[in-house]
Amino acid sequence: MAFLIFIMFLKDYIKDVFEAVRSMLKGMRMTGYYFTHRKEIITEQYPDNRETLNLAERFRGEVVLIHDEKNEHACTGCSACEIACPNGTIKIINKFDITPEGKKKKAIDTFVYHLELCTMCNLCIVACPTDAIKMAQNFEHSVFDRSKLTKKLNNEGSKLREGIE
Amino acid sequence: MIEEIGRTTEGDLIINVGPQHPATHGVLHLVITLNGETIKKVEPHLGYIHRSIEKMCESLSYRQFIYVTSRMDYLSSHINNHGCALCVEKGLQIEVPQRAQYIRVIMDELTRIASHELWWGAMAMDLGAFTPFFHAFRERETITDIMEKTCGARLTMNYIVPGGVMAELHPDFQKDVKHFIQLYKSKFEEYNELVTGNVIFQNRMKSVGVISKEDAISYGCSGPVARASGVICDIRKLYPYDIYNKVEFEEITEKEGDSFARYVVRLKEMQQSIRIIEQLLDIIPEGDFQAKTKAVLKLPKGEFYQRVETARGELGVYIVSEGGTTPYRIKFRSPGFSNLSALEHMVKGLKIGDLVAAMGSLDLVIPDIDR
Amino acid sequence: MFSLENITLIIHEWLNSHFNPTLALLSEFILVGLASITLFAVLGLSLVFMERKVAAVMQIRLGPNRVGPKGIFQTTADTLKLLMKEGLVPDGADKFLFTLAPFVVMIVAMLILAPIAFAKNFQIWDINIGVLYLSAVSSLSVIGILMAGWASNNKYSLLGAMRSGAQIVSYELSAGLSVLSIVVMTGSLSIKDIILSQENGWWIFKAHIPALISFVIFIIAVTAETNRAPFDMAEAESELTAGFHTEYSGMRFALFFLAEYINIFIVCAIGATLFFGGWMPLHIGQWQGFNHVMDYIPSSIWFLGKTIGLIFLIMWFRWTFPRLRIDQLLNLEWKYLLPISMFNLLLMTLVAIMGWHF
Repeated sequence: MAFLIFIMFLKDYIKDVFEAVRSMLKGMRMTGYYFTHRKEIITEQYPDNRETLNLAERFRGEVVLIHDEKNEHACTGCSACEIACPNGTIKIINKFDITPEGKKKKAIDTFVYHLELCTMCNLCIVACPTDAIKMAQNFEHSVFDRSKLTKKLNNEGSKLREGIE
Repeated sequence: MIEEIGRTTEGDLIINVGPQHPATHGVLHLVITLNGETIKKVEPHLGYIHRSIEKMCESLSYRQFIYVTSRMDYLSSHINNHGCALCVEKGLQIEVPQRAQYIRVIMDELTRIASHELWWGAMAMDLGAFTPFFHAFRERETITDIMEKTCGARLTMNYIVPGGVMAELHPDFQKDVKHFIQLYKSKFEEYNELVTGNVIFQNRMKSVGVISKEDAISYGCSGPVARASGVICDIRKLYPYDIYNKVEFEEITEKEGDSFARYVVRLKEMQQSIRIIEQLLDIIPEGDFQAKTKAVLKLPKGEFYQRVETARGELGVYIVSEGGTTPYRIKFRSPGFSNLSALEHMVKGLKIGDLVAAMGSLDLVIPDIDR
Repeated sequence: MFSLENITLIIHEWLNSHFNPTLALLSEFILVGLASITLFAVLGLSLVFMERKVAAVMQIRLGPNRVGPKGIFQTTADTLKLLMKEGLVPDGADKFLFTLAPFVVMIVAMLILAPIAFAKNFQIWDINIGVLYLSAVSSLSVIGILMAGWASNNKYSLLGAMRSGAQIVSYELSAGLSVLSIVVMTGSLSIKDIILSQENGWWIFKAHIPALISFVIFIIAVTAETNRAPFDMAEAESELTAGFHTEYSGMRFALFFLAEYINIFIVCAIGATLFFGGWMPLHIGQWQGFNHVMDYIPSSIWFLGKTIGLIFLIMWFRWTFPRLRIDQLLNLEWKYLLPISMFNLLLMTLVAIMGWHF
């Protein structure tokens, strides 16, 4: 009787050992596979591959004001983006232009954009009625001087395109 | 990382674990009372990453506060946004178009898979195996690339808004997701070989951190933690939102309530998520991706509550509105907070090595607890 | 044919012809000492680099590849950094023991180097109790570890050192029994005899099943002896107690770190000697033609190849398996490895007596 119990114990013991060894070997086979197949390596060597890097076109890098070849933009100074922004990243400073008819018209003087506060939430792009701003794809924003992070988005000497209201 | 504060008179040792961890849990500070190597008491000290999100939301309008909630439980950010958007829609009685509902559910399930992948890698790393972490990130990278093409961001995607989604799907979306599903199915077998079937992992996780069904309910656990003890609590089945009542999937429960059961529940949930995505991917209806809403949203006076199932458990969004453009008070019922409260009950009497296994299986994300 | 023993013969002749015998002997001592220190330095640098590259490829990433072509100067840069760090002695620590502990571990590693045969007739000291000497001296490294843990004046270092000491002492038993089973087949303790007895085939092929079991137990036991994963609870990076070398920084830490990798090399060298023939090329029985072809490859290349193969196996273990808890670790030894190795010793004796080997 005791002999039978001993045989059962021995059988379980040996089965335990074999199961353990088999599961270990399966795990090792997996890592061994990755060791031998170097093509599976997916590391991108970042600073060297800047030319071939292509980011998605909708990637939210920073906000830019779209200028076309004639240095004209589409921003009317309506401040919809400033109202939509949750944390005060955008500040629109307006001035008053004299149109050829002689009437006073509101136009944008400076589009102040605080890159250090922006959370790239995209609400300003969605709120703009004339599609004047978009998200650019650059992600390398580090600078040594914090004042460089407060940007003026409209270029020098640019003006509003005709026909935008 | 660890300092000894002092000894109590009975010969106990009080040590601090955290707030800085080598693993990926976040800033959690546990004060553990040890007797030799056995744990007698665990006291979590929270608040190291409290950013007063609920107070901030009181000064933001109903369209603006959603981006902040992405940063609460950053691993399931779509689902957080989804919960807030649903609560606002409940208040305004907005009808979301069908196309937007399908897109929201697919994004939710992709986020759930990504979150569970990271949990899997981090759990294996806590137990000492460093290789599965990198393999998990390879799959997660595929998902974040899909998100990047459509939403524009990889971690805190402010894509779901009250009324629908923010932008149309990218034309490559369906092709990419199909490619991902194929990749994932071939890798799932590898996960079993490398981690689940391994005898060492099983011995480290079985019978460690057991919590019974009654205790799970009384501590308020939800999500995979409760389901591993046998509690039926999947919000997607009990209180379905969007089109969850039209898809077929199973709710996974196990009976033992130990760390290995929680592990198996999450792995099987990943497979169920794949099943949901496969059912929905080809039949997305045409239509608007966002309902037409007013420019400024004003909720009527009252209280509104919406619950969603994140990767960690039940997230509740509770908005109290006085009729203005900003909420009067928002409260988030976070799943991690209740799950963490069950930690002491689980590890009392076990050794230090088991504490790490139990904490890993709870899948805590500390910004979710501290908000 | 290129052979290391020629070099030693030439140096010996030159020294004896130019100086009197005592001075020649003395200068040979110094040369051997310098050679072994150089060997340690080179080994330390290359093994750490090999580990990082092997780990990286298994984890589907590239390893260090910036410093130097393909990153080979990475370890040199790391050593320079460690040299320049401040070597802090904690307040209240026993200064003498604290400083002595890394040196004890290093000295033990150098002593074990003596009987190992790197190539044909290229052994520092072939004593007739080679294997016994190795087991005895390797047990002394526990003293260094316990010294380090005690002298740090830190409860967690002491706890880690105690655990580590318990682990090493237990696993020495299984390692010793595995080694003993090969000695039973050979009939001699000296390293040279063991290698020469494998002239017609390596022991792992000649004594089939018992030698295979012995080899598996030996590999598991030496992984535990050198505190490598999956048995590295005592120095785990993401567990609580940070191990016996917590309080060490700068050069002393570098010595511990180096000593760990040297130990791995040495135990793999011993394993290669016992089971795979050391510097003996692969011979199959009496096939003279095949044996003659195999003899063309120099014996030092055979030795290095086998050792590096075993080192790779140990590294493979580290990056695949998680850690065992301390009680599971001791459980494994006392309930599984020790009975199996004792039974295996009996089996091997039976095979030796009845002549059931090739």
